[in-house]
Amino acid sequence: MTVEIGAFSLALALVLSLAQALLSAGARWRRSSALAGAGQGAAVAAFVALLVAFAALMHAFVVSDFSVANVAANSHSAKPLLYRVAGTWGSHEGSMLLWCLALTGCGAAVAAFGRDLPAGLKSLTVATQGALGVVFLAYTVFASNPFVRLATPPVEGRSLNPLLQDPALAFHPPALYLGYVGMSVVFSFAVAALIEGRVDAAWARWVRPWTLAAWSALTIGITLGAFWAYYELGWGGWWFWDPVENASFMPWLIAAALLHSAIVTEKRGALAGWTVFLALAAFSFSMLGAFLVRSGVLTSVHAFAVDPTRGVLLLIILGVTAGAGFALFAWRAPSLSRGGVFAPISRESALVLNNILLAAATATVLLGTLYPLMREAATGEAISVGPPFFNLTFTPLMAVMALILPAGPLLAWKRGDLHGVLQRLWIAALIALACGFAAFALISPRKAFSAAGVAMGAWLVVGALVELAERTRAFRASGAETWRRLTGLPRGAWGMTLAHLGLGVFVLGACFETGWKLEAAEVLPIGGGLTLGEYSLVLDDIRSVDGPNYEAERGLLRAFKGDAEICAPSPERRFYPAGGQTTSEVAICTRGLDHLYVVLGERRDAAGQPVWLVRAYWNPWALLIFIGPAIMAVGGAISLSDRRLRIAAGRRRLVEATA
Amino acid sequence: MKRLATIVAAALCMAAASDPAERLADPAQEARAREMFREVRCLVCQNESIDDSNAELAADLRRLVREEIEAGKSDEEVRQHLIDRYGEFVLLKPAFSWGNAALWAAPLLVVIAGLLLLMRSFRNRIEEESLSPEEAERLKRLSED
Repeated sequence: MTVEIGAFSLALALVLSLAQALLSAGARWRRSSALAGAGQGAAVAAFVALLVAFAALMHAFVVSDFSVANVAANSHSAKPLLYRVAGTWGSHEGSMLLWCLALTGCGAAVAAFGRDLPAGLKSLTVATQGALGVVFLAYTVFASNPFVRLATPPVEGRSLNPLLQDPALAFHPPALYLGYVGMSVVFSFAVAALIEGRVDAAWARWVRPWTLAAWSALTIGITLGAFWAYYELGWGGWWFWDPVENASFMPWLIAAALLHSAIVTEKRGALAGWTVFLALAAFSFSMLGAFLVRSGVLTSVHAFAVDPTRGVLLLIILGVTAGAGFALFAWRAPSLSRGGVFAPISRESALVLNNILLAAATATVLLGTLYPLMREAATGEAISVGPPFFNLTFTPLMAVMALILPAGPLLAWKRGDLHGVLQRLWIAALIALACGFAAFALISPRKAFSAAGVAMGAWLVVGALVELAERTRAFRASGAETWRRLTGLPRGAWGMTLAHLGLGVFVLGACFETGWKLEAAEVLPIGGGLTLGEYSLVLDDIRSVDGPNYEAERGLLRAFKGDAEICAPSPERRFYPAGGQTTSEVAICTRGLDHLYVVLGERRDAAGQPVWLVRAYWNPWALLIFIGPAIMAVGGAISLSDRRLRIAAGRRRLVEATA
Repeated sequence: MKRLATIVAAALCMAAASDPAERLADPAQEARAREMFREVRCLVCQNESIDDSNAELAADLRRLVREEIEAGKSDEEVRQHLIDRYGEFVLLKPAFSWGNAALWAAPLLVVIAGLLLLMRSFRNRIEEESLSPEEAERLKRLSED
């Protein structure tokens, strides 16, 4: 019964979204507040209907109702509760339902909370959001309905995938989808502003919190995915420039560019056209990401939903939606105002440079992802574009960006004083160079590029701190004055400082880990040992372990630094007889920022004696790779809380003025 | 999901290249081979280098590369041999060729286009802001009055 309620609610949401689009568009056309209210009501109702549908599907997964085709194909009654819940969005159908839930949720949020928006802009935004809802809900209802029943339900579900039962992977898709779909509001705002013909500071201010929220969610989603790959795939890699990773990275890059260009539009009224373009592009890249992942058009490690018919439908949705947005842009953008004037040396210029570099980086990732397809279609020759390409193109772009980044926030609007800025940054430059030289001189083997990367990371971190010190007049004013300024800093400023700091932390971790990771692999008998730099590992014993649905060999090892025992890693090699899969449970010892990463390999025979392949990695500063983006996401969240306060403060002032 | 599972299961017996049974005796040659593995695609895998993959073909390719390096061939010769045998698809780093010109040039072209647009906007502004000859004449007359 709950399943039928779910199916009905899903169809109802489609109808309500259609009503939302038509009523809201009519409200703008007739300038009718009654129609606008009805459209907003429909937006909220569509969200509620989808909540019911989503809850119904989740219920089917939790109680393991295998009469539902989607549950039977993607779940198993022996799965722990968390993974049955997460199974709701684990399949293609479920993930589209989650997508629609987020999409209508965003529409409802604009309808319910956008009280300060001008009536026309708000109606058009809600209408556009409704139209997007119609497109994606129609796809879900007719081409990917998660509530389809089976005539003869199986006794047990088919999937009990051990690898995907992982907390990081359970929350990776929802975070990514919140990010992807959060961009839909930005898209709708852009379409509405283009129809209204007005892109001004107020518009940029409304777009910013949505961009911030979506960007922060994407940051978390991407980081969770990288972290999962790091500890689950068993060879310590965390980013592979895989097409599916690229698909989520492109909207992130565009959103980062949009965050910066929206500041220029908000503060100085300039770059209006470009900001709107990015707003349209951010959601277009999100849809492209969904298409690439969901259609399996690019064969990649993650392509698990290969279905060409659905792929074609998704491609049509992408083409029509993005095409309509950009056509509207081409038609209306020339009429947008050009805004404030600025000198070549100014904060505006720095932000434009940031945008140029981020746009170039996005183009690089896009081309690197699609070029093999394009070239094969054009000439029939197959080529591969892998990590070496991105290391040679993407990395230099980011290096240039990192080089100019600390100067940006110190430059004044309109006309900056580069000399003064460089004077304030000399201490950061000095520390960065010192770190770079130290890394080059002290760490063996000598690696110039990695040392340069360390210098770059330090430059970003210290640069962010210098900017904070400048704002609070630290070391120049009295301590009390600095403290007063520090506590009085707007949260947006804290958000920016943290985001830039987090980037620096990430760069430090990434350069250190890739440059100086150590690797050792030996076949060991019981009692055998291997050395890894200044560390050594001893294999004490191998035990057989019976898991709930697997058999495992567990290696009992001890790790030493010199003579001192530092930890006892116990990696496992698991065999799941049901699916015939072998998986590996990595053992990670965290030592400060470093990881000792131990993997148990297969059993072999050496002269009649059993030996085991043991691999160990020393990943220095690996923790920073994941802490850095976490700091960035926290920065985004803090900046977001600032917005709400300021909008509320504005409203309070308005109330006082009218009272 | 199923497919991901099998792919990942294949991936799990990974970083196969460090297997002591395959290693070259000379550490310098071994390091060169490992460097090279990262640029060579495991043809039957999905987007993996032969450094990571445990597939049989990957092991064959590793053996081939190691043998050639042991025989004193240069990196370029090994690469060429791989291309002759398996086509350009085998290299994860696309060749610097005319067919790939758009790919390699794109990042730089986007940056140059962006900078040109930025510079043009500065020039336009200066022209807009500076006075036309008539305006200058008028201003001169006004100030003389």
